[in-house]
Parts: sequence; structure tokens; C-alpha cells
Amino acid sequence: MQTFAEAFAAAAGLLADGDLRLFAIVLLSLEVSLSATLIAALIGLPLGAFVALARFPGRRTCVVGLNAMMGLPPVVVGLVVYLLLSRAGPLGGFGLLFTPGAMVFAQTILIAPILAALARQVVEDAWAEHGEQLRSLGASLPQSVATLLWDSRFALVTVVLAGFGRASAEVGAVMIVGGNIDGVTRTMTTTIALETSKGDLPLALGLGIVLIATVLAVNAAAAWLKETTARRYG
Amino acid sequence: MAPLLPLALDRVTLEIGGTRIVSDFTLKLGAGTRTVIVGPNGAGKSMLLRLCHGLIAPTGGTIAWAGDPAGRQAMVFQRPAMLRRSVLANVAYGLKLRGVGRDERERRARDTLARVGLADIAARPARVLSGGEQQRVALARAWALAPEILFLDEPTASLDPPAAQAVESIVLAMAAEGTKVVMTTHNLGQARRIGDEIVFVHKGRIAERAAADAFFRAPATPEAAAFLKGELPW
Repeated sequence: MQTFAEAFAAAAGLLADGDLRLFAIVLLSLEVSLSATLIAALIGLPLGAFVALARFPGRRTCVVGLNAMMGLPPVVVGLVVYLLLSRAGPLGGFGLLFTPGAMVFAQTILIAPILAALARQVVEDAWAEHGEQLRSLGASLPQSVATLLWDSRFALVTVVLAGFGRASAEVGAVMIVGGNIDGVTRTMTTTIALETSKGDLPLALGLGIVLIATVLAVNAAAAWLKETTARRYG
Repeated sequence: MAPLLPLALDRVTLEIGGTRIVSDFTLKLGAGTRTVIVGPNGAGKSMLLRLCHGLIAPTGGTIAWAGDPAGRQAMVFQRPAMLRRSVLANVAYGLKLRGVGRDERERRARDTLARVGLADIAARPARVLSGGEQQRVALARAWALAPEILFLDEPTASLDPPAAQAVESIVLAMAAEGTKVVMTTHNLGQARRIGDEIVFVHKGRIAERAAADAFFRAPATPEAAAFLKGELPW
């Protein structure tokens, strides 16, 4: 219990000091995870909606595959991205390894399938309600995809938050492709892992508290936005 | 442009999963008259409309229009599917799909809303309206497209009498402008008010087709007589 008390003290101390290094770490974590969430949403949501509406051979396999990819292990994704981005790898020329860009890349791969799989479910339900009407009005497949994504926007906020939660919480992928370089690629999760192995448990736990508070704040903001607008539109 | 009607069904059959839903529908729907399809639940009324409208393909027989039906027909369903946008945007949506420019479609949507008596709630979100208002929005969405033929699948089945009456007067107004009306209902009072001619469907077959007066005065088949006796003509 001693540790927890110290941890809260450490967390409070970190925040009270307005420690610049802590601030930089939190900011980088948010930057990386929010960028990855944005890119993954741009890819995953239309992809999920397309799989929901299109009828093509192998669609069922595709759905099973998407659902399975929701459970991609971060370390494995990190390892694969590491191999892709390493100097000898196919994308080595970009020199991305051990940069925040590599971390965004890895997290995007990690969460795009989550967004796609969850969006597919949401849009499929919307299609059950609107499908006949849309076909009656003569909507094409791309028009239906766009219409139903927009119509499901409030449910999709939750989907995107699930992706953001996964991205901000993972440590395996960013650790491998970012390298946990002080001041460059050190995020909250990699710092926690590092401080834990160094034995500075109060600092690690203190950072953990800051991480949870940050994620909570983002979710609360999104939930508030969703509630106020969703009530208006029914 | 070639005239759209008549619409000719020739020995149309529909089987779903080995069950025969519709058998040998042979029917010619000409312009000018208001056709009402009546029959017991599960007789195949809704399927007949969906086959005509092109939402489902028959497993046997042919459905042939005199002209090209693309963009010249519309359908109103029992449950109006409202998109999460304003009433005006819902009505304009069908026009948007047909590539009508923003100003033009807004003007036409406003005109149509005025004709269904909803001009003052154009800006409200459509999904928070009452069922009757939503069905009038659905009718406005169809009317704005100026269809040559309108299919209605039990449009008042879940509405109270005043709302049903509002729907009926809109349908009659559209018919008066030259739109061919094909409607299903299980409300015989409504069938009398709307129908010039009655098509009686029984167990997946067209059992009888007659002018409305004649049908209600002296049905030609024992099935139709039993149906008229059994159903309360409210």
C-alpha cells in the first residue's frame, strides 16, 4: 500500500512541478495515438462500411479475418513494422525507424482492423434499417457507404474511441519501432515499462495515473460531444 | 421518352429457401388508375410490390416495363426510414442521389414539404418526429422525385386514424397529378377510399381483379367473399 500512496504523491508532484519532460512525454503519446487513430479511422471506417454493404465472393472470410485481426498482438505488429522499416527492409529508405512516424505507422496497423470490424457491425445494422429505402432511391454502393457512415456517426464515435484506447494503452509496438529514446520516442507507456524495470515504482505508477487521467479526459470529451449532438438528432 | 406504363408481370414466381411465396402472378398495371392490393397477411402483397419495384428479382417469369423505369418510380414503406438529418435534408436526399444541384433540390424539397403540410418543421431532425409526420416526410421524399409510379406498402399500418387520413389525402393528391398509385393495405375502408381497382391476393396467387365498386359489392371468388366478410371494414 505504501507504493500506491507514494505513487499518488509522485503523480501529484509530477503534475504540480509542471515538469517539462513529463509534459513532452504526455504530448508525444497523445500526438502519436491521435494521429494513428485519425489515419486508422480514414482507412478503417470506409473499409468496414464497404465490407458491410458489398456482396463479393469471400466476404464471409473477410469478415472473420477482420474480426480476428482485432486481436493482433502489439509486439508482433511492432516486430513486423520493425522489419519493414529497418534499413534492409522494403520501406527502409524512408528512414522512419526509431521516429514518432514509425510509432504512428505501427499503431495505425494495430487499430485499423479494430475500427473496420466494429464499423462493419454498426453499418450493417444501419443497412438493415435503411437498405431497402436506399436501394429504392437508387443509391449506388459508394453513395450508400457515405450515407450510412454519416448516419451512424454517433455510434462510430464510440468505435473510434475504442481504437484510441487501444493505441494509447499499448506498449509493445511503440517500444520496438520507437526504441524508447529519451526526448524523441519516449511515450507514457514505454516510460512506465522502463521505470518499472529500473525499480522506480512510484514514478512508474505516477505516470500510469497520468495516462489513465488523459485517456479518461479524451473519452469524457468525446462522450459529452456525442451525447449533446445525438440527443438532438434522435 | 417512351411511356413507362403499362407494367406487365408474366407468370412471376418467387421462391425463397425452397418455399414458394408468389406463384404465377400475371398482371398488367396501366396508367391512370389507382390500384389497391388487398389480401390476408402473408398472402404475398408486399412481395408483389417489391418485385414490381425491382427490390427483389423473381425466380421465374418476367417483369417488363413499357419504358425504362430508371429514376421514374418510387416506393413508400410501412416503416419510414428516416436519416439522422433534418426533415428538409431527408426530402432532398433522393434528389441529391439523382445529381440535382443544391439550390434546386432545396427549393423542390421545400415546395414538397409545403404540400404535405410540414413546411414549418423543415429544420427539425427527422427522427424525433411522430410516426405520422415521418410517414409524411417519406411521402414528400417520394413526391419530390416526381415519380410516374408510386408503390406504397401498407403506409398507414402503424398510424392512428388522423395520421392515416393525412397520408391518404397526400396519396390522392399525387394520383391527381398523374402518378400511378399501387398500394397494399389490410384496411378495407382505405381500399374503398383509394382504390379504383382492387387486386385480391390469396396464398401467393392473384385470386381476383376487379373495379373497386364491383369487388366490394359482389366479389367473384369465394375466397374474396370470405375475406370481405372476415375483415372488419373500419
